Amino acid sequence: MTYIIYIALILMAVGMIFAAIRFVKGPTAGDRAVALDTITTIGVAGLVLLAYMFQRFVYVDVALVYAVLGFIGVIVIARYLEGAL
Amino acid sequence: MSIMEIIGGIFIIVGSLFLFLGALGIFRMPDVYNRLQAGTKATTLGAMSLILGVGFLEPSWIIKSLIIIIFIAYSNPLSSHALARAMYKRGHLPLIKGGYKKSMDAYSEVVKQTKEEEKS
Repeated sequence: MTYIIYIALILMAVGMIFAAIRFVKGPTAGDRAVALDTITTIGVAGLVLLAYMFQRFVYVDVALVYAVLGFIGVIVIARYLEGAL
Repeated sequence: MSIMEIIGGIFIIVGSLFLFLGALGIFRMPDVYNRLQAGTKATTLGAMSLILGVGFLEPSWIIKSLIIIIFIAYSNPLSSHALARAMYKRGHLPLIKGGYKKSMDAYSEVVKQTKEEEKS
């Protein structure tokens, strides 16, 4: 079971590196916002997996709050790009 | 290994694979709309599957896992739609075979009408 968690964490870390490369070199602001959304979702899943790995229930609450804050951030960035703010 | 651990491990492997493929789509796709398609749908399925797998492994956490799953299931498509709408209103045309064409842009009339209504 430990090896499965290690494989999942390595896959998610490599994916987060790909999204971070797109976040740095994305041509428009929309590309950067999409990469930020992807990084937030991978981070939420990674926090839940780390909560099981360390057997700490508190990290699940941290993941829930991080999901809410990332969602609000992406919505605010989208409204700003649209010109409504 | 009990049967719950086997089911949870399968869910975790599938979820992490989908998360990796979604991030690879973010890196490889050529356009903003293609990147939204790859990076939001696959990532939603991956995160839901992985959190459900953790809920199978630790059955006393299943309620809070379901809360996170429901929140992701409604917030991720919502942010994707808001970003696509913002990029469309900024004037980014979708990439069709052969370049950025205006011929398949079926909603340009609607956008003009709404802008005129907002001005008046």
